Amino acid sequence: MNFEFSDEQNLLREQALGFLQEQCPYSAVRAILDGDAPYDEKLWKQIAELGWTAVVIPEAHGGLGLSYLELSVIAEELGRAVAPVPFSSSVYLATEAILMAGSEAQKEKWLPKLATGDAIGTFALGEGPGQPRPETLATVATANGISGVKIPVADGDIADFAVVVARSDTGDGARLFLAELDGATREPVGTLDPTRSHAQITFEDSAAEPLGVNGEGWTTTQRLLDRAAVLFAWEQVGGANAALEMAKAYALERYAFGRPIASYQAIKHKLAQAYVKNTLARANCYYGAWALSTDADELPTAAATARVSATQAYYYASKENIQTHGGMGFTWEFDCQFHYRRAKLLSVNIGSEATWQDKLITAIERDGSAVARDSAGAESL
Amino acid sequence: MDFNDTPEEAAFREEARDWLEANVPTREELEGLDEIEASKLWQKRKYDAGWACIRWPEEYGGRGASPIEQVIWNQEEGKFSTPGGVFGIGQGMAAPTLMAWASDEHKRKHLPPLASGEHIWCQLFSEPAGGSDLAALRTRAEKDGDEWVINGQKIWTSGAHYSDYGIIVVRTDPTVPKHKGLSYFFLDMKSPGIDIRPIKQISGGANFNEVYFNDVRIPDDQRLGAVGQGWQVALTTLMNERLAIGAGGMGGGVGFRQMFNLAHKLTIDGEPAIKDRNVRAKLASWYAEETGLKYTGYRALSALSRGDTPGPENSIGKLVGASKTQDMASFAMDLLELSGAISDPAYAEAHGMYQATFMGAPGSRIAGGSDEIMLNILAERVLGLPQDVRVDKGIPFNEVPTGR
Repeated sequence: MNFEFSDEQNLLREQALGFLQEQCPYSAVRAILDGDAPYDEKLWKQIAELGWTAVVIPEAHGGLGLSYLELSVIAEELGRAVAPVPFSSSVYLATEAILMAGSEAQKEKWLPKLATGDAIGTFALGEGPGQPRPETLATVATANGISGVKIPVADGDIADFAVVVARSDTGDGARLFLAELDGATREPVGTLDPTRSHAQITFEDSAAEPLGVNGEGWTTTQRLLDRAAVLFAWEQVGGANAALEMAKAYALERYAFGRPIASYQAIKHKLAQAYVKNTLARANCYYGAWALSTDADELPTAAATARVSATQAYYYASKENIQTHGGMGFTWEFDCQFHYRRAKLLSVNIGSEATWQDKLITAIERDGSAVARDSAGAESL
Repeated sequence: MDFNDTPEEAAFREEARDWLEANVPTREELEGLDEIEASKLWQKRKYDAGWACIRWPEEYGGRGASPIEQVIWNQEEGKFSTPGGVFGIGQGMAAPTLMAWASDEHKRKHLPPLASGEHIWCQLFSEPAGGSDLAALRTRAEKDGDEWVINGQKIWTSGAHYSDYGIIVVRTDPTVPKHKGLSYFFLDMKSPGIDIRPIKQISGGANFNEVYFNDVRIPDDQRLGAVGQGWQVALTTLMNERLAIGAGGMGGGVGFRQMFNLAHKLTIDGEPAIKDRNVRAKLASWYAEETGLKYTGYRALSALSRGDTPGPENSIGKLVGASKTQDMASFAMDLLELSGAISDPAYAEAHGMYQATFMGAPGSRIAGGSDEIMLNILAERVLGLPQDVRVDKGIPFNEVPTGR
């Protein structure tokens, strides 16, 4: 067994960490929070130049042809930095959807541009409150493309195209479209985390071409979300560790009753619990990364496991980071808010904790052997 | 990154599996044996075939196996129902301490009978006045020629009544600060002057004992480490204790798999309980905790096989596992509704496993470092947070204020 990243992958992590510390400090995140720009365009260009947007795109389509392990490493660092860029939309979702379901022509048209970051893609699933289901989708195919209203669409205000989930009368009840967004009406929508812009997109017989097979759209969507969940989970783990670090740094420098608050058990135990949750989540993310990079049968189980524990870990670390900071943590001036906002945004972006808990049990039920194998007993040192 | 067995590992797994299939004791063989007899039968059989304590060096009864082979063995043995449990303290805690601190002669004499199951060992650390604050222990040892004379009381000693040997920490110098006045010995549990009294637990069982020492003599040659170095030696034992307990040894039989099966069997509002969203949410969280621990262990193993020291992540096992087991047992009883109250094995679901686990779980959260102590350790040693204020710091032990 070799359950660790390679030396090259760890080197990539160090480079990514160093680059983001330099180019994406909290002050850069704050500039997006306080300003009008929907994302950090300069950072996005630099990220693209580093090839991060090209990692899993095959070399034949202008990518680097590396694995999802490299992408996992980058995801964790972007999460740690709370980077205000459309990376998850464009890379984990849009690029992935085209890789999974795109025709050769669609791949040739879009992958090279996605690889260089010249094109930004996104994924449009939700149509308002509640859990999306094929039968509740109002977005449908029309003579020239599609009609329907998608909200919220992450990066919908800046993306060049969206992969849109629409209802279908056949197969699994859904079909995917690839819609260039210049023909659609877009309105920015304020969200919990203004460092990641969102929009409402209205399609009115707007141009869109089918992506993949009609009647397989829902199945593809679920597979896409499973794959993206691993990478979202890595971002969440990165963020959770950053929130813990922030809380720890403050607890060490803040004095009360004559000593650092980090010496009080009420604070120590809180931070130790965050460490425990982060450690569990990280270990599950390793498993998810392995399953994603090898296209293992266990991917649905592994992805949901990583997602559930990473969601729990980031929520805990981000809220207890504010708590550790006391009143200052509640101020606009302090950086605690970035993690609190991002933790909740990431947790609902591709389905809530409850949704993924449900998916996890469904995946285990489907793969009965996983239960036997994964709970075989005390497997330990 | 991969989980695949290397060809060598696959061959080892097959060898282990073949041997287990042919040698795991049958129900008939164990008929009429008590837990200790059954455990000794299985341990001896493993020992004779070279499958006991496989990571230990051959000269001490092991086979010099690698960490990964140990895991493979655990996985394969775990697929069978085998007797065991009474050797955990001796093999898991006393032996690593002996290996680190004992003379070659003692190692040759005492390790093989530990591996074969001939000898059972217990651990004499906690005292009425020294639990979480273990270094506050008061049992005295006074030098008399080549021997030490022990007087005092230990508590929470698992298996003292059936143990052949024990490891013990005692105070050899009360005039220096508490950590500096301790020494570490092993002793024959049949020595004159030892009085063992079982403690009845809330679970009804009596796995623990109070052990009284009245002028018990231990040869100086059974001291591990220097006089005054006992705390350091004890830390070797404690780290291994936490690993052993974290491995699930105290948790009973309730895990995700049992809960998953139970939720399929019982109903809520006329539907299988597994269809209930709340049930699914809880099960999913427990599953993620179980796999999180498992893959944390895999990460540690990867480090070991690279020749690195595993990180401190492993110490989360007991902390997470004990609470999870308690919560699962409690929830199982909720799912059972009115019948959840029944503990009588003749009527209870799974012969009362959930109820027994529920009543045993509070002990797991305390034994081998309470949840609070584990959190302190993580906060101080892993996160590097400062220690709490210690009013006994640097003060001679016999001047430290004491309570009741």
